[in-house]
This record gives sequence, structure tokens and C-alpha cells, in this order.
Amino acid sequence: MTDVLELKDLRITYQTQGGGVPAVRGVDLTVRKGEVIGLAGESGCGKSTIAAAVLRLLPNDTTVEGDIVLEGEDIMSLSPSKLRAVRWTGASIIFQGAQHSLNPVQRVGEQIAEAIVVHGQAREREAMVRVGSLFEQVGLPPRRKDAYPHELSGGQKQRVMIAMALACQPSLVIADEPTTALDVMVQAQVLRLLKQLQRDLELSMIFITHDLSVLVEVSDRLAIMYAGRIIEEGPAEQVFHTPKHPYTTALAAAFPEIGDRRFRGNPTGLGGDPPDPQHIPTGCSFHPRCALRFDDCVTHDPGLFDAGPGRRAACLLVSGAHAGSADGAAT
Amino acid sequence: MSTDAPERTELGPPVLEVTDLAVTFESRVGFAAQIRGQKPQRARAVDGAELTLHEGEVLALAGESGCGKTTLARAIMGLIPPDRGEIRYEGTALGGGKALKRYRRRVQMVFQDPTGSLNPRSTIYEIVAEGLRTHHISSGADGETEEQLVARALSRAGMRPPERFFLLYPHELSGGQRQRVVIAGALVLEPHVIVADEPVSNLDASVRGEILALLMKLRQELRISVLIVTHDLGLAWTVADRVAVMYLGRIVELGPAEEVLLRPKHPYTRALLDVVPEVGGLERPILGGEAPDPTMIAPGCRFHPRCPVVASGRAAELGIEDACRGTDIAISESGTEHVAACHLVPLGEKP
Repeated sequence: MTDVLELKDLRITYQTQGGGVPAVRGVDLTVRKGEVIGLAGESGCGKSTIAAAVLRLLPNDTTVEGDIVLEGEDIMSLSPSKLRAVRWTGASIIFQGAQHSLNPVQRVGEQIAEAIVVHGQAREREAMVRVGSLFEQVGLPPRRKDAYPHELSGGQKQRVMIAMALACQPSLVIADEPTTALDVMVQAQVLRLLKQLQRDLELSMIFITHDLSVLVEVSDRLAIMYAGRIIEEGPAEQVFHTPKHPYTTALAAAFPEIGDRRFRGNPTGLGGDPPDPQHIPTGCSFHPRCALRFDDCVTHDPGLFDAGPGRRAACLLVSGAHAGSADGAAT
Repeated sequence: MSTDAPERTELGPPVLEVTDLAVTFESRVGFAAQIRGQKPQRARAVDGAELTLHEGEVLALAGESGCGKTTLARAIMGLIPPDRGEIRYEGTALGGGKALKRYRRRVQMVFQDPTGSLNPRSTIYEIVAEGLRTHHISSGADGETEEQLVARALSRAGMRPPERFFLLYPHELSGGQRQRVVIAGALVLEPHVIVADEPVSNLDASVRGEILALLMKLRQELRISVLIVTHDLGLAWTVADRVAVMYLGRIVELGPAEEVLLRPKHPYTRALLDVVPEVGGLERPILGGEAPDPTMIAPGCRFHPRCPVVASGRAAELGIEDACRGTDIAISESGTEHVAACHLVPLGEKP
């Protein structure tokens, strides 16, 4: 499989009046062709910042270090005109809250056609024909392309957003919390649609949400983020069912399976709150909330250690240097 | 909790009884439309709901958006006047005057969005003390001062030491702490019942468990009854003793959580369980269509237009299709029994 996206030691710092806020602190991530990566973590962990960085949608004064390589092109050094060509055709994004991303005074079909025309993929006439077939692909009646956003339900609007993301046949689609604003039944419909399109079109996808149970359904691999770093990655079901990092364990427990008696009458959570990006704890950034911490955790910042085939976790317990778990050496 | 034995089934005395409750909203019709003779649309948000909350139990009220679960919760709180039906608290129907005032003190609500329900310009102390002031309570039953009552409520909500938070403002707290302050604001009045509308859906994943654990602890230690309104059946599995599933303004299935969630009797509950995310779950059936419309409730069983049992022809095979399409059906609640408003139930058939 070829790599569609490669992030190398990505570091992103927002500039605020209170000084620099490091949102992403050294992330390596590879997305292969046809692969779905689930990126999970709580608010403020940097997952949406990565999505914005791939399309270079961050504010101008943001400091970005490291490499973002999309289909062999270095995104950070692209000229504005080249960048426009990459956006939507190389990679596209489905934002959270579709309701607010559509222009309320333009017919939804025209909004999609506009994207196709602007990117020189077709002229207006052909573009509208293509919109019709896109609508069919996402399960909307083609005549709905003449509707205004307010005439559509939440689920239908999200389908329009998906059609728009697919309009220029991108090789990578980033879905940032695509179903959080939707009702349970509609969420299941949209997830199934996304997965089906991904298979049919052999899309590469990055799927972002804090709901691990959703991610496991759609992803091949999971990457769990905490305080601007990936702290665990590996095959989706393995990471979900046998997490190696205590944070992943807590995140998985937040969405228990019905029928799992360990959780019946026993809601489990983490103490404390996600760290303030301006005051990242010393050592392992998770140590203040970790039930398994020991003295070294306060001083040693663990990198990602090998944790079984295709798996890595940033926890000293995984490093093998400590009793209780011995799964391999540091990479 | 690792045995297969049935969980405790005895219920305490009823605290809150809802009988045949109905709430209708009318759409607004502009002046010009009125002249043209256009009638307002009537949405039957709650349409004959029956529910009993017992002392010290956690009851989850689940359903899709638009099923009327929040409206029912608000009607129970006395925030929306019902068109029909009755709410009884400790055996007495809610009227006006003193009884209502007492009720408002003993039954407290926790809203979904902690940020939206806290006044950004008040200190935590003022926010928690507000309930006491509204109810003109200046000292506790054992002569505690207002400050002691506020401190106790904060500490019960897990904000310790409470004094440290007195002078902070909501924006200085994290999301989980804000929800704790909301809960402290309810606890300061020593409530008997807490109605929590999606209490964790706006919180980060790792913080959810803590807030749920807090609600369960309050039940344990203070014998508070908790009605949790949620769309999340996994949450119901974690905390609820009993689960009520609502569809188009009516409770269509009710029973002990284990029974309802592991052996559902109503096809709608089955459908809700089928869409709970799980590995490989995308292959399972998903109900078509959007959330149902309370302005157009179908005759017969209100679920029949979306019911997979009707659509697959199984209802016809079993000879109940006419009943599904023509005979309205409701549950009558009786204690810990597992009941469902479905024509399959008398046949002993599963959805």
C-alpha cells in the first residue's frame, strides 16, 4: 500500500495574547491508501488542529514545524495556487456541525457545483450533472439539489456535506466529528454511508471523534491522542479491547458495551481534567490522572514503545523497564 | 456485579407518579395565514405518558430526539403546564400554593449544558446559594448557616475543599467541575428527586464516568431518586435500575434495565439497541427515515410506519398486522414488571 498522508514530527503552536499554546507536540502518523485511521481524544488534545493543518486552514500566525506530506507533496511549502489545487482534490474535510457550514441562501446543489467548477474539474453544466450523481451516491434524491439548507433535516445536510467532500474525488477525506450533532438513528445511517463510500471509492480517511465505540466501527487503525501527542496506536479492535495505555482504558470505559457486566452499576471515569496546553505536566503528561503511576512517571517523558505487532504505546509500563508488563523495548 | 443472578428487584415506595400526561405545542401561524384560514399545527409532544419513580431508584428515560423525553421531564418539573393528566408527588397531586412550593424545593433539575446554566457573572458561592435564597431558607434543619449549607452541597458534589471554590467564577472551572456546581446547586435544597436531562452529553469522555458515579453515590447515600433523560442506552446500562423507552410522546417499553436492554420486547427498543456503536455493528439493520414527527402521529400503533416487523411481513404472518395498523396500544405500568406496548407481546413473540 502506498502512503497517502505522512506526518513527521508535527508540532503546532497557536499564538495567543497569553503566549504560545502548543496544541500538537510531535506527532508521527501515516495514512495508507484505502485505510481508515481513527483519531481519538478529548477536547483540546489537538486532534482537530491536525485536521486543519493538513489542509493548511490554521490561522496565519500559527507556528507549524515538521512535515506534512500529502501524496508526495509537502503541504507546508506549497504556493497558494498549488495549495488551492490540493484542497478538495487531494484532501477534503467534513466538518462537525454541518448545519452551519452550508450557505443558507444558496441552493445546496449550486454550492457543490461551485466547488467542482472552481477546481476546474468541469464546467457548470457538467458540474450539475455530477452533483446529481453525487446525491445518488450519498442516498439523497437528486431533485433535492434545488433545496436550500433550511429545507433539509440534519441528516440530509450531513449527507450534502459528504457529497461536497467527495465532489472533486479526493484521495483523503478527513471527517471531524461528522455525527456528533446527529440523532442516534441518523448517526448510524451516516456512519454506514461513510464506510460504504470509503470501501467503494477506496478512500483514505481520518475519522476524528472522542467516541471510541464509533471509531472502532469504522476504522482500521486507531491513534489515541492526549495533550498534543499520540499516546497509543494500533489495529482498531485490539486497541479498543486490550488497551495498553491507562488513558485508552479510561476512554474505552466511557462508552461501555451493553451487556458488559463490569460496567453495570459501576460508571468509571478519570479523576481530574485534561491538562492545560500551556502547563503540560512534567514527565508523562498523563501522570496526574493516572491510577497506575509510580515515581518515574513524574520525571520520565515516555516515547512510543513497541507494544505488540503493529502496536505502540507511550507508557513506562509498556517499556519493559518496569515490572508488571513487559512487551518489548523502546523504539 | 459479576453474577448472572437477577439484580435487586424490590422497589421503594413511589415518589413521583405520572398518569396519562399530555403536552401539546401549537405552531405559530402568522396574521396573514390566519386570515387565509390556516390552522396551527398541533404537535403532541407528550401523548399519554405513564411513569412512576420510586424512592432511591435511578430510572433512565431513553429515546430519539423529538420523542418527547425532555418535554416530559420539563412537565414533571412544572416548567410546562400539561394539557391533560396528573403528576403526584408522595401521593398528592400537584396543585398550586404551598404544595407546589414544597415540590419545587424537593424536586430539582440538572440541565444538559453546565456552561449555559451557570450565570457567568456570579461566583460559585452565589450560584449554589441562589436556591436557598429563592426559597427563603436562611438556616438548615440543624441550625447550619447559609455558608455551611453551601459548603456541604459543594462537598457532596465532590468539590473539595468547598471554600476554595466560593469566590471563583464559572469560566475558571473545567466542564466537569461546572456540572458538579450545577449538581451542588440542586443538592443545597436537600432534594428528594433529581431530574437530570442528558447530564453528561456535553462532557468529555473521561469526565462522564465521574459525574455518573456522583449521581449514583447520591442515590446510595442520600436515597435520592434520579430520573436520567438520555439518548445513550450504554449510559442507561451503566447507571439505571429501570429503563423507560419513549417513542412519539409515549412510553413504549419499561422494565428492569437488564431485561429491557438485553431482552427487549418492543421492536423500537430493538432498533435503538441495534444502532449502539459496536464492532461490526454497521452490518446490523438501521431504521430508515428521520426522527418521527409529533404533528403526524400514525393511527394504530404509533411505531407501525417504521416497524420492521410490519415491513417484513412478519406481522401479517402472525395475524396482527390489522391490529398494528388500526389498534392503538399503550402500556400500563406495574412495578418491576417488564412491559411493552406492542401487539407481539400477547403472542409471546420477540421483535
